[in-house]
Amino acid sequence: MFRFFIGRLAVLIPTFLGVSIIAFAFIRLLPGDPVMLMSGERVMAPERHAEIMHDLGLDRPVYVQYLDYLGNLVQGDLGSSIVTKRPVLQEFASLFPATLELSICAMLFAVILGIPAGIFAAVKRGTWFDQGVMGVALVGYSMPIFWWGLLLIVLFSNTLHWTPVSGRISLMYFFKPVTGFMLIDSLISGQAGAFKSAFQSLILPTIVLGTIPLAVIARQTRSAMLEVLGEDYVRTARSKGLAPLRVVGVHALRNAMIPVVTSIGLQVGVLLGGAILTETIFSWPGIGKWMVDAVFKRDYTVVQGGLLLIAAIIMLVNLIVDLMYGLINPRIRH
Amino acid sequence: MKKISVLLAATVLASAMASTAWSKTLVYCSEGSPEGFDPAIYTAGTTFDASSRTVYSRLVEFKHGKTEVEPGLADSWTVSDDGLTYTFKLHPGVKYQTTDFFTPTRDLNADDVVFSFERQLKADSPWAKYVAGVSYEYAAGMGFPELIKSVEKVDDLTVKFTLNHPEAPFLADLAMDFASVVSKEYADKLQADGKMEQMNQMPLGTGPFTFVAYQPDAVIRYKANESYYKGKEKIDDLVFAITPDASVRAQKLKAGECHIMPYPNAADVKDLKADSSLKVLEQPGLNVSYLAYNTQQAPFDKPEVRKALNMAINKQAIVDAVFQGAGQVAKNPIPPTMWSYNDAVKDDAYSPDEAKKALEAAGVKDLSMKIWAMPVSRPYMLNARRAAELMQADLAKVGVKVEIVTHEWAEYLKLSKDVKRDGAAILGWTGDNGDPDNFLDTLLGCEAVGGNNRAQWCNKEFDALVKKAKKTADVAERTKLYEEAQVVFKKEAPWATIDHSTEFVPMSAKVSGYVQDPVGVHRFDGVDIAE
Repeated sequence: MFRFFIGRLAVLIPTFLGVSIIAFAFIRLLPGDPVMLMSGERVMAPERHAEIMHDLGLDRPVYVQYLDYLGNLVQGDLGSSIVTKRPVLQEFASLFPATLELSICAMLFAVILGIPAGIFAAVKRGTWFDQGVMGVALVGYSMPIFWWGLLLIVLFSNTLHWTPVSGRISLMYFFKPVTGFMLIDSLISGQAGAFKSAFQSLILPTIVLGTIPLAVIARQTRSAMLEVLGEDYVRTARSKGLAPLRVVGVHALRNAMIPVVTSIGLQVGVLLGGAILTETIFSWPGIGKWMVDAVFKRDYTVVQGGLLLIAAIIMLVNLIVDLMYGLINPRIRH
Repeated sequence: MKKISVLLAATVLASAMASTAWSKTLVYCSEGSPEGFDPAIYTAGTTFDASSRTVYSRLVEFKHGKTEVEPGLADSWTVSDDGLTYTFKLHPGVKYQTTDFFTPTRDLNADDVVFSFERQLKADSPWAKYVAGVSYEYAAGMGFPELIKSVEKVDDLTVKFTLNHPEAPFLADLAMDFASVVSKEYADKLQADGKMEQMNQMPLGTGPFTFVAYQPDAVIRYKANESYYKGKEKIDDLVFAITPDASVRAQKLKAGECHIMPYPNAADVKDLKADSSLKVLEQPGLNVSYLAYNTQQAPFDKPEVRKALNMAINKQAIVDAVFQGAGQVAKNPIPPTMWSYNDAVKDDAYSPDEAKKALEAAGVKDLSMKIWAMPVSRPYMLNARRAAELMQADLAKVGVKVEIVTHEWAEYLKLSKDVKRDGAAILGWTGDNGDPDNFLDTLLGCEAVGGNNRAQWCNKEFDALVKKAKKTADVAERTKLYEEAQVVFKKEAPWATIDHSTEFVPMSAKVSGYVQDPVGVHRFDGVDIAE
């Protein structure tokens, strides 16, 4: 186990270096710069433009800028946003909990509905249930997120009034964030109805964000289960007279879970990378929209810092997924 | 006995409920997050709505819904005969807001005014670069560092501005967002505490609403400034709910989750107007969209060619298709709501036949050209790509082959101002201060070639007119000069003027007192909401 961790750590550093170089280079390859973008149609005098670029250190050779950035990075300084002038780490920390909360909820939604659906579809292969589940999965996977989100809003928020249109919590609740997770903070605040409001606000974005992972996980579970259910040892277990539930739930499922867990791990990476469309529709203040806006505004420090932080999180998630293999399949103990 | 105690309990409850003050909250669904809260270092309307218009005040203010100025922090002012000295008398007893992050110990005085401007003008001010990359962009763009010789305190309530040359739009400039007056006391304290960046995060001013909190990308909260010098606002709490998507904003408005929203989708306007719980204010925007020819590129260097091409373009069709009728065809570079608009000017009538003849007469055959279309939707041009396609079809009818070119927005802005740009570019402009100079000189003056003047057009006659109009404050004289300039513009046709788009502000029918601002900012002073 120890060797496993050391091995992982050894990979970490070159990976980070690679990500930082890619982030640094990519954003600078895009034409235009943050300074001229801040004035929009209004053209800035070239001298002033040069002056501000100089203030920001953006007129230095790229490798100089990179080494400077790296130097700050090892001290934990990710720089400040060129647009808002606030530290990148501070902005990330204030926005990430929203993305994390939504991603966790969306993943739970996808897993709790997806895995059982996939199992039943595999067990009842060929029946109307199987066709139905796979059909719905296909529709979910093909649905444009924007359209799906607006549809749900029109139905549930404006027609049935069951959920709010957008936002993390009703505007009438105002409390200082403690953890950044609205569900937890609303309970801590003790304000009546706050938790309910936070919960209601989460419903539609969770469904919208979780739809594609749900479809993917359901299909993945089904194929993995089908493969495992066709194995010799399952036939043996059945012929030994074991209860079907035990055969499926214990023997088959645990082996089928490896590819499914991998798939979940990958989906989490996608979700955390920023659910930009969902965040835009539901005015969810997360890192997805933050990053995309930064690219459009050429906010170099935000793009660089954001990519590094997201890479770090995704690597952490992969580590956890790898550890989980060991839990599921003893043969893969590290 | 039981009956009395019940009655007593009921009375107590009733009186408790009656004395519970209902705070009146106005929710504005804004279209984006402010870049920061210091209006002097930014140029975006979204940022101004959230900072200068709520928290700050200025020496003079635009009248509600107009571009004329009225007294603000300054009760009165005098201008010297040579137009070089402006002396302002400040309103006495203007209080700064008290917040939980700073308590002011004195009223507004001349020191604050001097500081607010000097920090933007003096390169050696400690505030010149108080955070990395700070640029007092608007002040520089309006030419203030060259224009203003000095800002001096005459006494606690008198400030004197001395200019290097007369500048007629100067008063209008002082009503603009970047000219907001900040608190020197607050600034000094931040500097002493080593927390200068807080000026951009937690603003403090003399405006109608006091900043309370900002949850990034989510909500901005303000409460009414109890000591606002023009009297406390009727709304107690103002909340900006940041809602980036226009369709979602419309849904929130319909659901009653917000009371006012800006920039609806053109397609949603009809639906919003039909909703009886809502009302939609509309007015022509102080804007213009245009197709700028590169007047330094043959054959577009010939006015006859430009005018011929103008005749080929069906502008009404563009207004109908792109703006869904929410706009009017433009014939002049300034919008009709602006003073000195010359209505006597005749537009190039749409006539493909005439256009064809004119092109032949100009010796143009088998012309191929590029039209640059913006990739983003702007208030003055909702869909440049579509407009370009319509123009392409129109020009094909007169034998001109058009290739539509586009770039990502940042790139577009950069490349379109190049003097060697190949082709005509679609762009537009929204006025800053209601002064015609802001359109005519800024966009079409000789100095702006290679910059804002995307037609790369330098016409001595036009330039002389607009430069002269800058020097006098006599409105009648300036009007005449600008009217003449518009005639020259029409004759030379450096642009095909396309459209002045209508601005809509849908809101709940319960809202009253909201007046649309010609410059496009959203102001909440004077707004009330019925319970």
